[in-house]
Amino acid sequence: MEKLTSPQDLERLRATCLASLDPHKPCVTVCSGTGCLAGGCKQATDAFRQEIERQGLADKVDVRTTGCHGFCERGPVVVIHPQGIFYQHVKPEDVPQVVAETLGQGNVIDRLLYTHPQTGEKITYERDVPFYQLQKRLILADNGFIDPTCIEDYIARGGYSGLARALHTMQPEEIIDVIKRSGLRGRGGAGFPTGRKWESCRNAEGEPKYVICNADEGDPGAYMNRSTLEGNPHSVLEGMIIGAYAIGSHEGYVYVRNEYPLAVKNLALALEAARAYGLLGKDILGLGFSFDVRIARGGGAFVCGESSALMRSLEGNVGEPSAKYVRSVERGLWDKPSDLNNVETWANVPHIINKGWEWFAGLGTAGSKGTKVFSLVGKVNNTGLVEVPLGITLRQIIFDIGGGIPGGRKFKAVQTGGPSGGCIPESMLDMSVDFDELAKAGSMMGSGGMIVMDERTCMVDVARYFLNFLREESCGKCTPCREGIARSLEILERLCNGKGQSGDIALLEELGELLQGFSLCGLGQTAANPVLSTLRYFRDEYEAHIRELKCPAGVCKALIVYSIDAARCNGCGACVRQCPQGGISGQKKAPHVIKQDLCIRCGVCLDTCKFGAVLVQ
Amino acid sequence: MGQSTANVELGMEQATIEGVMSRHRQDSSAIIAILQDLQEEVNYLPEGALRYVAERLDIPVSKVYSLATFYRAFSLEPRGRHLIHVCTGTACHVRGAGRILDTLERETGIHAGETDAQMEFTLETVNCLGACALGPVVVVNGEYFGQMTGAKAARLVKKLQPAEQE
Repeated sequence: MEKLTSPQDLERLRATCLASLDPHKPCVTVCSGTGCLAGGCKQATDAFRQEIERQGLADKVDVRTTGCHGFCERGPVVVIHPQGIFYQHVKPEDVPQVVAETLGQGNVIDRLLYTHPQTGEKITYERDVPFYQLQKRLILADNGFIDPTCIEDYIARGGYSGLARALHTMQPEEIIDVIKRSGLRGRGGAGFPTGRKWESCRNAEGEPKYVICNADEGDPGAYMNRSTLEGNPHSVLEGMIIGAYAIGSHEGYVYVRNEYPLAVKNLALALEAARAYGLLGKDILGLGFSFDVRIARGGGAFVCGESSALMRSLEGNVGEPSAKYVRSVERGLWDKPSDLNNVETWANVPHIINKGWEWFAGLGTAGSKGTKVFSLVGKVNNTGLVEVPLGITLRQIIFDIGGGIPGGRKFKAVQTGGPSGGCIPESMLDMSVDFDELAKAGSMMGSGGMIVMDERTCMVDVARYFLNFLREESCGKCTPCREGIARSLEILERLCNGKGQSGDIALLEELGELLQGFSLCGLGQTAANPVLSTLRYFRDEYEAHIRELKCPAGVCKALIVYSIDAARCNGCGACVRQCPQGGISGQKKAPHVIKQDLCIRCGVCLDTCKFGAVLVQ
Repeated sequence: MGQSTANVELGMEQATIEGVMSRHRQDSSAIIAILQDLQEEVNYLPEGALRYVAERLDIPVSKVYSLATFYRAFSLEPRGRHLIHVCTGTACHVRGAGRILDTLERETGIHAGETDAQMEFTLETVNCLGACALGPVVVVNGEYFGQMTGAKAARLVKKLQPAEQE
């Protein structure tokens, strides 16, 4: 690998990379994101390599492992190029047939295709799958095409051209101006205008200046940053280098969760490759600008996603936030001016530089520009990562892209913004998704987690869940957060245990105000959102827990009873064998009965019964 | 405590600790990374090793201890042969992770965060593994098990239990 010493060198390398790729040559791309890895894509990849060799197609077909394609529900996902044939749930035993029939003879294998849930029609091409059709992919666009461990793949698809343009033809102030005009807002949660942040950091006094990428994706239920770092690490890196040039920084950090080993590995490889080509390090592309990046692995503390806590952690300290009398763009890491942006924010930058601010500002709504990646999870048919232009409605995301709620159940709410966000009810599904609308609804954009809940999700339990999470993750430094969360949680646990009292709702609201008004950092200030938003839209569920001692969704153990529907039970005895308490009895082929004094409401019978005979009330 | 301290007291090989520290150039600001690497070696942070590192890097033991207890990923207790992680992220939670955890606690006889007396199992919860499409997810010794049910979780533990205990 030779160092590139000019933008022309980069273009020559790009031409070489492109020449080595024949767009007509068949290529099997196997999604190797974490979802598909867990689903067994590695075995499928090995099977493809062996089988292609065995059937003598080694010169005619390429196999490429790529980052996350996003449709994790259907993993392992395989796409066959150049046609773009989409196969789902591909197991090693399917591979010989795919190689022989699809690659060998060009025939499509029906049973591996995606079936349209409404029309029942088989869909052959990835581009026609409704899940992908309605998305607008920018950040995730290349994930399905490039091998994240191969910098040449990224360069072949136009990678680092934004960097070359920025360093070669633009002044730092000009770049900041472009980012400001584009309307890009921080993708990590708060939505602060990125260009303004850069400008403040550039103008702040003090040297050195630091540029940091926040990849401590702590929101449970959100994994878009992970997929970006795993699937296209160079896009993040390119954005960081451009930002560093604009800000006047020569040292950068990526603070990444240690629970994401593949992201750490792919990022480390990306740094090495970029350094080897002279795209990172001293005198980048021979244009006189120097910048390098180090990786810091997080220690599994949610609060470290908060800017001041993250910087303390980078310094090797306990990740406690500090009051923001002075902003971190002025005095951040080691008390020096520091600019912190989220993974997705950085990944947007090369696109804006390449295509211009006007193009970016043309996507989205008045106050929220561009696209956003959401992780659509929970009780939804098409679980996965979706990237949509801001301003699309929740209904489009959940029903058109997500395919609605499984099992014919009824939609109840969607939770956005992680533990700092809130739950949005069905009546607001036609709301447009952007920073400001979500905030108005009592939730927030957050990093993009979207957890769908159905009628079997108890909203009091959801509030309890988040408060329990936040109690564990509160650093305990300030009293309002430490005590406010713990006391709120006590009340919620009381409600879930059927010991609610009449003043509890008012008390929760009062504690919520205390948290919002007096906590030191964002964790505490937003900690009441899960409680207040569920109270706002689902107050009747809280009241049912207190007044009727009932959990309408059938979740809170103390308030539910398991029983067997005699009409549906055929006496197969499967539940009898599984019940850990020996609490189910009945004659063979006759309806069974649960002994209530023995039942611990573990739900094993419910999981076991294939006939829907176990009832929860 | 000097460099001659016996390995028994350190809880791990002195050379391993030195190797980890030199990988991070004895940089005291890299202490979190050093602790992470030490834990990767023996699956927990032995007290002796923490004291040794504190002295070598000239950091107060109290600070090393506060780091080791602040960050959730660190364990001060030795962990069992089988490390079971139950994802309790929101997506897994709404799909019933709570019931999976209950089952695992019942089957292993330990609570989340504990290790059994025979050192067979350590049961831990994790905030989110980012494999939400597979939820509820349980990870055993690094291997992912998706779409878990209480019954599947119970079978998983039975399979892991040593034969004589069955």
